[in-house]
Amino acid sequence: MRIAIIDTSTTRAAIISDGLREAGLNDLVLIDPAGPLVAQVEAAKPEVVLINLENPSRDLLEDFFAMSRALSRPIAMFVDQSDAEATGAAIDAGVSAYVVDGLSKQRIKPVVELAIRRFQAFSRLQRELDDAKNALAERATIDKAKAILMKRRQIDEPAAYALLRSQAMHTNRRISEIAEAIVTSEALMGDME
Amino acid sequence: MTVERFRIGFLPLVDAALPILAHELGFANAEGLKLELIRDMTWATVRDRLLYGHTDAAHMIAPLAIATTLGRDRPAEALAVPFVLGLNGNAVTFSAKLAAEVGLFGELGDPARIGAALKAAAETRRAAGKKLRFGVVHRYSSHNYMLRYWLAGVGIRPDQDVEIVVTSPPFAADALAAGEVDGICVGEPWNSIAVERGVGHIALATAQIWRRGVEKVLAMRETILDERRDAVEALVRALHAAAARFVEPGAAEESADILARPEYLDAPRDAILRAITDRIRLVPGGEPIHYPDFMFQYREAANFPWRSQAAWLYSQMVRWDYMAFDNIAATAASNVFRPDVYRAALAGSGAPLPGASSKLEGGLDEPIGAGSTQGRLTLGSDRFFDGRTFDPDDIETYLADLP
Repeated sequence: MRIAIIDTSTTRAAIISDGLREAGLNDLVLIDPAGPLVAQVEAAKPEVVLINLENPSRDLLEDFFAMSRALSRPIAMFVDQSDAEATGAAIDAGVSAYVVDGLSKQRIKPVVELAIRRFQAFSRLQRELDDAKNALAERATIDKAKAILMKRRQIDEPAAYALLRSQAMHTNRRISEIAEAIVTSEALMGDME
Repeated sequence: MTVERFRIGFLPLVDAALPILAHELGFANAEGLKLELIRDMTWATVRDRLLYGHTDAAHMIAPLAIATTLGRDRPAEALAVPFVLGLNGNAVTFSAKLAAEVGLFGELGDPARIGAALKAAAETRRAAGKKLRFGVVHRYSSHNYMLRYWLAGVGIRPDQDVEIVVTSPPFAADALAAGEVDGICVGEPWNSIAVERGVGHIALATAQIWRRGVEKVLAMRETILDERRDAVEALVRALHAAAARFVEPGAAEESADILARPEYLDAPRDAILRAITDRIRLVPGGEPIHYPDFMFQYREAANFPWRSQAAWLYSQMVRWDYMAFDNIAATAASNVFRPDVYRAALAGSGAPLPGASSKLEGGLDEPIGAGSTQGRLTLGSDRFFDGRTFDPDDIETYLADLP
């Protein structure tokens, strides 16, 4: 069963194809997001197409599938009434699947389930990465704010941090928000005396 | 009062204005609603989010709401349209090369004259083995149907003499620039952006093809409409209030400021401002011209979901999907538009409410007073460029008579 993967994220495409290969699905075609989409899909003659939900080429792709009704093996949307739940889960995970008409449900199901799990895993990774990045950025802002307070108030680092912390507690905000405000006001008014 | 939440999907287009403004200017809030706008880049994704409950309602191309209900391309799922978000607002833009070939003179020309010149150009290209290619935003879009109506009306067979492909609006200017298409039919600000980038010349406003063509609608699953009927009526009132504000003199600047923002259209404010004040720049560096009917968001009960407009879209679906006319499908298509909900929502508000739910489309030359159960209603010219009229009760005869 030939599966084409179209994804704006090449990392995610790699994660999905690894997963499919591990499951013994080796007939994979990775579509180059920079190249002509329809021509690549047409040449690949896939039986299943996996595409990320937010891919900007989906309208184009669906139009090609609609035109393909005239072909010997037209490609349809994966969904039919009985599989609404599976399709809903796929949409929730951010993946959309299309299959050729007549492909048995038993064969499609594991592919879609695997794609869903891989998409979810990718989202989790992405979130963890974003969190880590945010934490780093917050750290840097707090350090900057501490430096501003130390210079302006002629205090040492523990005192500057204590000041940030007590202000955060009093105003019911996060330390990083207070730090952000200090850095911003310093940028705007630091040269005023 | 409990706050009802509506997540509304949209594409970054000027005619997504009403839900955005209803949210930003407090009209939703005044109705006890909290709107959350969810932006996407394709109609496929807007539709999927709507069908699988990521959104409660969506800004949608009208024919797609009908196609989804009829189960074209996918299993049928009944959608309902209680409110029309606007009429027209699209344009046909040619590449600089095609514009020179056809002879556009920096004004909105006569559709028949431009069409005749285009026919000659299309024949030359076809004979040379490289058909003219046009990009439309979706297979089930008014853009596709307007373009095809015009082409067929001037003797160009859309599926034989030229090629029509799908081009997503934000990429339409790129497609023109790269020579992938020779013309596009898209909504604003994407025509203007093509003009500003020097890669396109606007040939026609789609309003010249049909003066009062239904464009985007507010679509939702029929089950949502039934389950949340009161909240949906409140949403209709909020959108109607936003529409009234949108056309007030002096509101355009504020609307353009909001729409231009990164979370909405993320597009140049000036191009948006020109579209909502019906001024369009046709050629690079040219002075914008004023075309009063360019887009229609409020006047003449423009938001009223006429069943006859849904029926016209169905007639074009039959025509270009090469289906057989089917009475049951025609009724199902007309039933997608819900004038009953619109009326119930706005009863007692002073908004003009048409007495009829269906009308002869294309029958008016001059503005005339129309029957209303509330308020005073005037309808302006709704002509098709070829002078045909569409009787929603006799679609078969209409189809048989089309070129």
